[in-house]
Amino acid sequence: MAQQLLRIEAVRQAFPKPDGRPLLVLDDINLDMREGEIIGLLGRSGSGKSTLLRLIAGLAQPVAGNIVYNGQPLNGPAPGIAMVFQSFALFPWLTVLQNVQLGLEALGLPDAEIRQRALAAIDLIGLDGYESAYPRELSGGMRQRVGLARALVVHPNILLMDEPFSALDVLTAETLRTDLLDLWGEGKLPIKGVLIVTHNIEEAVLMCDRVLVFSRNPGHIIAEIKVTLPQPRNRLDPQFQELVERIYVAMTARQAPQPRATAAAAGGIDMPLPRVSANTIAGLIEAVAGAPYNGKADLPELARATQMEVDDLFPVAEAMQLFGFADLEGGDIKLSDFGRQFAESGVDERKKLFQRQLMTHVPLAAHIRRVLQERAQHEAPKSRFRHELEDHVDEETAENALRAVTGWSRYSEAFAYDDRTERYSLENPE
Amino acid sequence: MRGVIPISVEKAARGVSLWDALAVLLTFGVLLFFAEGSSHVLLPLSEPRSTAISLAPSALPQYAARTTLRMLVALAVSLLFTFTYATLAAKNRRAELLLIPLLDILQSVPILGFISITVVFFMSLAPGRVLGAEFAAIFAIFTSQAWNMAFSFYQSLRTVPVELIEASRTFRLSAWIQFWRVEVPFAMPQLIWNMMVSMSGSWFFVVASEAITVGNTTVTLPGVGSYLAAAIEQKNLTAVLWAVGTMLIVILIYDQVLFRPLVAWADRFRFEQQAGVTPPKSWVLDVLRRSAVVPVMTRPFAASLRRINSLSVLSHVYRPGKPGTGKLSRQIDVLWLVLLLSFAAYAVWEIAQYVTGTLYLAEVGKAALLGFYTLVRVMVLIAIATVIWLPIGVLVGLRPSLAQFIQPIAQFLAAFPANVLFPIAVSAIVALHLDPDIWLSPLMILGTQWYILFNVVAGASAIPSELRDVGTNLQVKGWLWWRKIALPAVFPYYVTGAITASGGSWNASIVAEVASWGDTHLKAAGIGAYIAQATEAGDMRRVVLGIAVMSFYVVVINRALWRPMYWLAERRSRMG
Repeated sequence: MAQQLLRIEAVRQAFPKPDGRPLLVLDDINLDMREGEIIGLLGRSGSGKSTLLRLIAGLAQPVAGNIVYNGQPLNGPAPGIAMVFQSFALFPWLTVLQNVQLGLEALGLPDAEIRQRALAAIDLIGLDGYESAYPRELSGGMRQRVGLARALVVHPNILLMDEPFSALDVLTAETLRTDLLDLWGEGKLPIKGVLIVTHNIEEAVLMCDRVLVFSRNPGHIIAEIKVTLPQPRNRLDPQFQELVERIYVAMTARQAPQPRATAAAAGGIDMPLPRVSANTIAGLIEAVAGAPYNGKADLPELARATQMEVDDLFPVAEAMQLFGFADLEGGDIKLSDFGRQFAESGVDERKKLFQRQLMTHVPLAAHIRRVLQERAQHEAPKSRFRHELEDHVDEETAENALRAVTGWSRYSEAFAYDDRTERYSLENPE
Repeated sequence: MRGVIPISVEKAARGVSLWDALAVLLTFGVLLFFAEGSSHVLLPLSEPRSTAISLAPSALPQYAARTTLRMLVALAVSLLFTFTYATLAAKNRRAELLLIPLLDILQSVPILGFISITVVFFMSLAPGRVLGAEFAAIFAIFTSQAWNMAFSFYQSLRTVPVELIEASRTFRLSAWIQFWRVEVPFAMPQLIWNMMVSMSGSWFFVVASEAITVGNTTVTLPGVGSYLAAAIEQKNLTAVLWAVGTMLIVILIYDQVLFRPLVAWADRFRFEQQAGVTPPKSWVLDVLRRSAVVPVMTRPFAASLRRINSLSVLSHVYRPGKPGTGKLSRQIDVLWLVLLLSFAAYAVWEIAQYVTGTLYLAEVGKAALLGFYTLVRVMVLIAIATVIWLPIGVLVGLRPSLAQFIQPIAQFLAAFPANVLFPIAVSAIVALHLDPDIWLSPLMILGTQWYILFNVVAGASAIPSELRDVGTNLQVKGWLWWRKIALPAVFPYYVTGAITASGGSWNASIVAEVASWGDTHLKAAGIGAYIAQATEAGDMRRVVLGIAVMSFYVVVINRALWRPMYWLAERRSRMG
């Protein structure tokens, strides 16, 4: 059996909310990482996968549980764990060579060795000739190569990758992925294991030996899917497609079934709201209603057809579910009667329908309207609702929720908002 | 170039917080402490046998060198202050709560009023020696340079992209190395730009601090400032012109030798990773880069730096704490607050004693009224400068070649102290029998109006060409064009400029509300003249009262007018 690299035991992470109570972001995470493995952490944004990666990188401490590396509990950035960032995190004032050398300088190695190892890493990752270039002179793909070289040069045991290809265009991402997998397969990378965070399901199946699927509120692992297909893997392989489907099913599985009718009553005004515009929701309803889906679509297929990644598609699908326009289950999305009615209506009728669903299913929107109706002037400052929300959630979440509701109510003409005065009102704007 | 906000525009809690009050108390407590402490030593103070200032042009190079040296020393001290004060404020939550409001108050205190107090204090430290006066002058220049630098550095530290910090932590850079290799480089472009503004602004204070009279003590330090003061006293117009010419040359030299190379060098620290914009160039930097001597000379520095970096004291590697562990930290919070409150209580006691001991309520009322006169003056002048320079700035800014030509001139003019125009202003007012209450006022805005011009120019040149094309395409012309396109587009830049101009004008009032040319002395009714006269009479109590009243007005105007305007501009000009 391969040597153990990293062990995570019952890790939990929480941050204090404004009212002092902890907000749980990761709960009961267990993971054993063995030598020679590529493990994928897959999930929607907000499922805590990046938080977990940062815990492993030693950038934060969990409130409970252990992360054991090299037989020792981790209590800070450890030598032998290097990280590649989504936004590359290159130092713009350092050249490619200087960026790559930085980690070695921190180790206090002699100059000659620093230079020799940095050049070797640059050579390995295909950056020859770019040594004296500044990051701003490079394309996105080349920048991420620098990020990779910088992580590899310290010869880490574990390479952590935080959505390393998601800031790149499709073709560049594919090239970089393939290059990396080739080097890994040929045993040329000075690393023993990779932990990659992604929200791209196909990427996870392409690269990983094991995929851990995360769910939200709080973030926890809901499924572990082993990928035993030999490298290089083919997207069109039926086995590959079957794995993708399995992951979609896992991600759409309902956890605690809640009867729809009571959802609004049960959810308070601090219910988390997806930041999706009404037009995007309308667009996806139309797409699902139209041919070839006719009201019921397979999510992987829909993702491919609309060229939306999981992180784009899921919030919209969830918003549709929230509004009662559709149901998500078994990796499929199915329009409800309201959804079909919406798809067939004209502009004015759509607005009415949307408004009704908004008032029924989004407690915050219903609350704002009730307050506006009760007030003599039929208007109220935004700060009133913000303060109310901030009793339950942090500032940013409150602001986002209000923005989402403002957008939806503007679309459906439920109530108006004036950004200059920062007030909501029932009147239509002049 | 935008982004130089000379006052704090932190979107802090609206209104006045407990921390603001604390900051005010501490500032004036310390000020009083100095004033009280030094008033005892005022009399036995033997003035440094002031080397008589020679008005011969041949003496000017030496004076210029000494003045420049003073400014550079002050700049170095300001940098030191910036790196410590701002870093502490950015890294320590408890320190931040106090330090930022304190900085906000400090930059609202009129520095020129300060000078008299600090001169006396520093001279009491080294009685009878030139050194004390030198310290005082350098301190005065420092107070005119440091605040905006510290503020810019604090802002930069707060906005270092989090992934850069995380990257440096995963590579186990120590906090010390992270500071010098990540945080300082990130802050560098803003900081250098603020250093340039500070250097320009500090000319005003050089002139005021080199030749100063407190009571019956006159301190004269050899320098361009005291040369100018002597020339005005002796009604020597040629000498005034010589002084102006010297300032011009000095400004040109340090621009070419110091700032241009710095700007060109710091260009690579810009965080926006994009190609295509022509980078700034400097011939001095080119020479230095090509020279073979420079690497040889800097090698020992690099080696010793490396040795410092590897000191074990500085090699502390980041260790994250557990989130949300409460009790101990809350106890320290309480302790910290108690400590500050006892300081504040002491300050209150000191101030109360001081005020009740000597000042009558009537005096406070008088100072407040005079402050109001100056307020009216500042507001009217800003309005007039706006009407003149806003349209001109827009028209210039839309013509890139003209803008490039005008920008350095405007920045250069901003360096000129009001004293330079005394001869003309005083002669004209006397000859034409004008009212000094009105006609001395323009001197207040002499140096500061240019901030409006060059900010608006920068704003107009930054209007995206597509927006201008849309205007042309829809045939938007005349007043409609100004109202809907030009003015809203430059509004944020204008606000930035107006904030600087307003702050500078308050300060300038101390020099500009009293003007003299030989033995003709003119005076306008205002808080600036009040402070200036109290200084001359050596009346420390009135000086402190005047400063307090002026600071009060400045803070109120900043909070009530400029800050909301800045946020309005900020919000309006944002997309999404």
